[in-house]
Amino acid sequence: MTARNSLIFALVALALLALLPVDLSGLGLPYPGLRRYGTYILTLWLVTAIAAMGVNLIVGYAGQETLAQAAFVGIGAYFTAIAGKHGVPFGLSFVASGLVTFVIGIALGFPALRVQKHYLAFVTLAFSVLCWLVFRNESAVTGGVMGIRDIERPVVFGLKLRNAVHFYWFVLAIASVMTFVLWWIVRSPWGRAFTALRENPLRAESLGIDVRLYTLLAFALGSAYGGMAGSLYAPLVEFIDPSPFALGPSLLFMLMVVVGGSGTFCGPFVGAAVAVLLPEWLRAWETWYLLIYAVLVMLMMALSPGGLVGLVNQLLARRSARP
Amino acid sequence: MTALLEVRDIEKAFGGVQAVRGVSFDVNEGEILGVIGPNGSGKSTLFNCILGQLVPTRGSVAVDGRDITGLRPSALNRLGVSRTFQLLQVFPRLTTRENLILAGQEHRGTRIGRLFGARDAGLGAEADRMLEFFRLTALAHETAGSLSYGQQKLLDAAMAFMAGSRLVLLDEPAGGVNPTMLAGLRDRLAAINREARATFVVIEHNMEFVMALCTRLIVLAEGRIIAEGAPADVRRDPAVIEAYLGH
Repeated sequence: MTARNSLIFALVALALLALLPVDLSGLGLPYPGLRRYGTYILTLWLVTAIAAMGVNLIVGYAGQETLAQAAFVGIGAYFTAIAGKHGVPFGLSFVASGLVTFVIGIALGFPALRVQKHYLAFVTLAFSVLCWLVFRNESAVTGGVMGIRDIERPVVFGLKLRNAVHFYWFVLAIASVMTFVLWWIVRSPWGRAFTALRENPLRAESLGIDVRLYTLLAFALGSAYGGMAGSLYAPLVEFIDPSPFALGPSLLFMLMVVVGGSGTFCGPFVGAAVAVLLPEWLRAWETWYLLIYAVLVMLMMALSPGGLVGLVNQLLARRSARP
Repeated sequence: MTALLEVRDIEKAFGGVQAVRGVSFDVNEGEILGVIGPNGSGKSTLFNCILGQLVPTRGSVAVDGRDITGLRPSALNRLGVSRTFQLLQVFPRLTTRENLILAGQEHRGTRIGRLFGARDAGLGAEADRMLEFFRLTALAHETAGSLSYGQQKLLDAAMAFMAGSRLVLLDEPAGGVNPTMLAGLRDRLAAINREARATFVVIEHNMEFVMALCTRLIVLAEGRIIAEGAPADVRRDPAVIEAYLGH
């Protein structure tokens, strides 16, 4: 897709997403919009997609491994919640969350310079467990298992975002900016260097690409996306405890990237939709829904190892190859 | 002539195995030096010691009089030293043109500048020239993975020159390439040596290729240099016939 077509596609998608929770019946259109819970789920999907974009940068583009993204989301969420309780404005804690997780991401990237593949996965797994233990045990700061409640929603231009749709639009605006930033990075020479790192680090190094620096950059940027997603997650749910930041959700982030299409730009959005929206749609099957969800994911992985975006690309390529 | 590359008394041991034993030689600017020897003679280990992929047990390597021993490959590349590998090392999912741009991009501007600058890092025209020079223009937008083995070898060699390298070390460039493509590769390497005064060190088993391309040869056996000189002289050297050619 050319840059112009990508931009048009993005603007149309943005407009549709902005209108999705809005009741359009007043305009004569037969669309009632979404209820509060539907808007909440849609916002959660955006927040999850931001964190998954970070995982996609580390895993899909740079070819590294991470099982620590939920920990970074947790760091951002706790940082924002605690800072908010001390009167720090949301904008400041959002940026600070990004910076803090960027720096921690660099530190976590150092093992990647020495170990690869499942060894690296285990290093990040250990970090994930460590963070979860801190969230759970350091109750004086984090509230322990009781968590932190009554987290304030941000105030933008004097408007407190109590309304679910207003907060959704706010998250959509931030997600759009972060999507554009990542799009810019992966299309720039940096993105090409990340790809080189994934495909052949030995050759990349011989071409003057500083493999160590780009590995650390991938970890730092990917982790910062996790931290900033966490910063949005805290005011979205208004209550945080350690459970969403444990190892299981980190595995889920990995699953989102793989199911969506690792190393494809839209993959994290599709993967996050599968992880956040699909279980909600399957709730009608009550206790069966988790079983159906698991079987669907297994089928998807078996039939399309390149993820859903990979499957669509494959079908489009086959169609255009037809005489 | 000035010595562009000076290799002094390089030794490399892996545990009890002495792979390279006190190898010294110079490579002059504009020269094409061939390094030949039977399997296990230490050619690739010597290459890896020169190129920073292995740290030599003893000895030194200098480029333009500057000690580069143990310098990382990326730092060496920025000093104008490139290499190709024995096994193909292109980036299969990138296009031919993107492979070339990638090969040169780290030499353009600052890292931050590259993030905000043009997607092709200002290397589009240079990549097109290189595609034309290596007769790959028709394949510019094909993914490198879809090219034939010989075409990938050409691309691999072309990538080594995208950084404006003065010294290129080629590890078995002829390996697995069909005769027609091989003649093309030899012709292009000779042309780039003539036109840009690029200096080469070539490890190769294909004697015909080496004899036609190189201006000087050194022969390794059991980690030592056993002969050195013009290709025609080396071919007649009894020590070489004994150790390498075998008959």
